[in-house]
Amino acid sequence: MKRFIFRRLGYAAISLVLLSVTIFLFVRVTGDPTVLLVEPGASRDDLEALTIELGLDRSLVVQYVSFVRDVVQGDFGRSFYYRTPVLELYLSRLPNSLLLAVAAMIFSLAIGIPSGILAAVRVGGWWDGAGKIFALLGLSMPSFWVGLLLILFFSVYLGWLPSSGSGTVWHLLMPSFALGWFFAAAHMRLTRSSMLEVLGSEYVKLARLKGLPEALVIAKHAFKNALIPVLTLAGINLVLMVNVAVVVETVFAWPGIGRLLYEGIAFRDFPVVQATVLLAGTMIVVVNLVIDILYAVIDPRIRYER
Amino acid sequence: MSVSPAPARLPPAEPLPLGLGLGAVRQRAQGLPLVPIAIVATLLLLAVFADLVAPHNPEIGALAQRFKPPAWSVGGSSEYLLGTDHIGRDVLSRLIFGARVSVIVGFTAVIFAGVLGTSLGILSGYLGGWVDQVIMRVTDTWLALPALTFAIFLAAIVGPSEFNIIIILGAVYWTRYARVIRGEVLSLKERDFVRLAIVANCTKWTIMRRHLLPNVLNTAIVLATLMLGVVIVTEAALSFLGVGVPPPKPAWGLMLADGKKGLMAGYWWLTVFPGLCIVLMVLSANLLGDWLRVKLDPQLRQL
Repeated sequence: MKRFIFRRLGYAAISLVLLSVTIFLFVRVTGDPTVLLVEPGASRDDLEALTIELGLDRSLVVQYVSFVRDVVQGDFGRSFYYRTPVLELYLSRLPNSLLLAVAAMIFSLAIGIPSGILAAVRVGGWWDGAGKIFALLGLSMPSFWVGLLLILFFSVYLGWLPSSGSGTVWHLLMPSFALGWFFAAAHMRLTRSSMLEVLGSEYVKLARLKGLPEALVIAKHAFKNALIPVLTLAGINLVLMVNVAVVVETVFAWPGIGRLLYEGIAFRDFPVVQATVLLAGTMIVVVNLVIDILYAVIDPRIRYER
Repeated sequence: MSVSPAPARLPPAEPLPLGLGLGAVRQRAQGLPLVPIAIVATLLLLAVFADLVAPHNPEIGALAQRFKPPAWSVGGSSEYLLGTDHIGRDVLSRLIFGARVSVIVGFTAVIFAGVLGTSLGILSGYLGGWVDQVIMRVTDTWLALPALTFAIFLAAIVGPSEFNIIIILGAVYWTRYARVIRGEVLSLKERDFVRLAIVANCTKWTIMRRHLLPNVLNTAIVLATLMLGVVIVTEAALSFLGVGVPPPKPAWGLMLADGKKGLMAGYWWLTVFPGLCIVLMVLSANLLGDWLRVKLDPQLRQL
């Protein structure tokens, strides 16, 4: 167990190093970093001052070490636009993103799990077919278009919901639905296949043999076990939702991390873009690590693999 | 009537091979996803012949004609079938030229990512050792970055242009191929034909090119078809955010961004039509991919 955890930690550490190297190198190799890291319209003196401050005249290795040292200390530079440290900005937006992600998750599970179970119980039937179409549509309709259609219908025609901003529950409804839509399809598909697997297992057969009503077999015996992989995926997806909401947050002017990233591009505020990407990658590496370790704790077979 | 000996059993008459009658065509077409094929073919044709088909110039509008609704609603004219946008450009013409952008960017990026990912996947799987370690660790790390966020980051560095978008999408999506192809190669290289090739003194290069590549090609093609939809949506999202195809060009994502300006005023056609085009394209690509997956590679069904 210890060996498994150490090896897994090692992989995660390598991933984080590679992540920082990727981001560091792309900025410096693909163009002139001073153009990205200095505010637009800076004078020659500013440029030279920054070249020296960032050590752009020194070797890449030295530059990398100082880049990592800053990042580890939580120094992601200053935003050109807001003139505050990037980390502060990021942390101030994080709660909004979390709120949106949790709401979107509730939507996606509330749609995905029941429809997945129905599709599995009536496999091959009408509902299964409808579920397939829904899954395909979910994967094919870009979330930002769903968002725009929602605005068109609920804000412009019906005038029921505010089209942008944040503050009340009403503001939260449309963006979380638009964001949850895509994930609902994924959750439905996984619920369906995991439910099918459980329904074919021995203990479900036994439960049926001893004469339990089918509804009880599904609700009490099958459902609980089928839920485990779905909830794992939901855990990963929650972190993804925090980080992929750029378009949805832009459509609804929701003040989260995605919106921050969008402002970063729109105002040519490169330190913000860089920090957002770095933190997104870090979050996902860490979540994958935690889930792998949790799985190894629960299921001993995983520890001895490879 | 005497009982005649049972006639020697003839094999049942086989249908003529290569029968070219209508029945044969119909039989062969059975199970083909005809609707998605028709949609993709139509969009491809529109993309190729955009100059001939489009009724107006997609980049120049007449300000006097701005925000005209589609022809069938009140105030619309048959001159502009699907209406006009905020500077009086014909929506239909922009959609047709937008198909060209989507098709060019989508196909090239998918092929670029596919070539890169397949090559690295084969190298990684067959050579093993430190090559494998390096390629797979990079793949893992890049897969951990959300695709859209990563693409936005790259676009912010190199700046938006049609060419850059293709490179960016290729750089973001090759990891998907590398991971799957490597897995294929790992099992292929234990097979007899590869061992025989080693015994026959083939070089590693020859084995990878002549023996492994043809065997993973099916998988790569299936992946590419499934990836097409993802790539087109990502391109649209990048253009929507203003880091994709640069403005005067008609890209569907860009049209949605422009359309948003007229959304609150109720100019629905600027939002509905470009989005429909994206969905049609992506949906057909996904359906085609699903069909190909079952057809070419039953092993991939669980992908």
